[in-house]
Amino acid sequence: MKRLLKIYMERPELVALVVLVALVGYFTIRSNGLFLSYQNLRGILSLFPELAIMALGFGLLMIAGEFDLSIGSMFGLAPIVLCSLTTAGMPFWIAFALALAVCLLVGFLNGSISLTFGIPSFITTLGMLFILRSLCVVIYQSGAAPALPSDAPTWAFTDPIGFIRVSTLWMIGLAVLIYLLLERTNFGNWARATGGALESAKSMGIPTHRVKIVCFMICSLCAGLAGIIQVVRIASPLPSLGDGVELQAIAAAVIGGIALSGGVGNVLGAIVGMAIIRVIDSGMVMSRVDANWFKFAIGLLIMIAVIANMWLARRARAIKVETGA
Amino acid sequence: MKTPIIECHRLEKWYSGVHALKNVSLTVNRGEAVGLVGDNGAGKSTLIKILSGVHEPDAGSIRIEGRDVRIRNPRQAMELGLETIYQYNSMVPTMTIARNVFIGREPLTWSLFGFGWMDKKKMDRESVQAIADVDLHLRSPEALVGELSGGQRQGVAIARAMHFKSKVLILDEPTNHLSVKETDKVIGFVRDLKKQNVTGIFISHNMQHVFQCCDRIVAMARGEIVFDRPVGETSIDEVHGYL
Repeated sequence: MKRLLKIYMERPELVALVVLVALVGYFTIRSNGLFLSYQNLRGILSLFPELAIMALGFGLLMIAGEFDLSIGSMFGLAPIVLCSLTTAGMPFWIAFALALAVCLLVGFLNGSISLTFGIPSFITTLGMLFILRSLCVVIYQSGAAPALPSDAPTWAFTDPIGFIRVSTLWMIGLAVLIYLLLERTNFGNWARATGGALESAKSMGIPTHRVKIVCFMICSLCAGLAGIIQVVRIASPLPSLGDGVELQAIAAAVIGGIALSGGVGNVLGAIVGMAIIRVIDSGMVMSRVDANWFKFAIGLLIMIAVIANMWLARRARAIKVETGA
Repeated sequence: MKTPIIECHRLEKWYSGVHALKNVSLTVNRGEAVGLVGDNGAGKSTLIKILSGVHEPDAGSIRIEGRDVRIRNPRQAMELGLETIYQYNSMVPTMTIARNVFIGREPLTWSLFGFGWMDKKKMDRESVQAIADVDLHLRSPEALVGELSGGQRQGVAIARAMHFKSKVLILDEPTNHLSVKETDKVIGFVRDLKKQNVTGIFISHNMQHVFQCCDRIVAMARGEIVFDRPVGETSIDEVHGYL
């Protein structure tokens, strides 16, 4: 029993999962069942996978001990690049590949600039946030207004399957991939070591710079892909798309139990964290609470989550379980 | 006569105007336990960082088992069989024992360009064995290193070095901030190195600890080696006189 408690306490994403289930229950009762209606679930499951994909990549980067504020701008820029290219006559899938290549390049720059010049990634990516957002507007206004081609392959991204969309499958696929990368491969071991104790990782000969840069690239890639999925769903790229969503991704990671200091947590936590945010957003509307309280609730939740996670980790350590030996 | 395991010849190191190592030559024989002592800033750490691949010397040469080598990074040092255990920086507290034992040297079931799938069963099995081999008994390999005491962590680090068949184990202040009982344990680990035919370099500013487990004392001061004699032919007071 004690052992169970300890596992539970050491895995904050499980705690977040319990909170998620409790919130779903609460809002279902408050809204007289409306919350779990087919229509509402469909609504939640449109936006949720997009933001969760972004949170996944961000979670991986945070576990490796770095930070990326530019993901919201990346979310906006990738679809604009894609649509500009298709508007200029390029086939969709080639434009898609090029847009993702741009994401990888931005991630590479974020990482290399931070590490080469020893700047906190918080600052580098704050700069990148402005640069990319500016590029969004400049590219959007130059030449013909980029638009999503009418024959865009929505089947591959956003067509509904029952009450979910294809984007949910992308989210699940990426979650499994990144989870396995982190838990089962040697690269994951290096990333966790790099985030958990940088000096130790270096002294054990791990190429910490390269590990971090790869994580930056995966993070940008996820953000750009998420933006593209959103634009395929709403069918029009806007230069302001994704403004501020980086903060939701950060909130999701923290609520899901990923420590800001790096090394601790699990990318699945980022998904659960994002689910909690979406459930609160939708649940408040469904139960007719003034929507302006949404950000208040998220803010409060972030603080509670961090304090609770630290407390749980301390408790778990105090319980010291004997398992033979 | 057998080839010494380490031969440093006329090493020099400058740090932006500070002459950290002055003409340092040191020979360490196989199976020897050398105590390296000296005050802060005497050059001990610089010498160790050169041997562990963190820094490169500005002049001088290093031979390992008679071969001239350049140690460019920690990875190369480990490949040459030199493993360094730092006071704080050798373990990742947020990771499990099994993962810590294999950081950077994970056994893989398959790989592509050096990346691949970790063999977790092997990691669990071998980490338990490695720890038992140094007479340390711990909870499961799934326990986090952060839950261990300072002495246990040093034990795991030593077990790791043993597991990878290191020839030389360099311990940088391994007894700092440890309780008396734990210090004894670490000193015991160092004494046992000889049985496993491993050479040890034990850095400490605590003479008592060094005298308890080393065969030979090397003292450094102001970037130079000022004293080098077997333990049996000297005393703590004499060494102090040179610092």
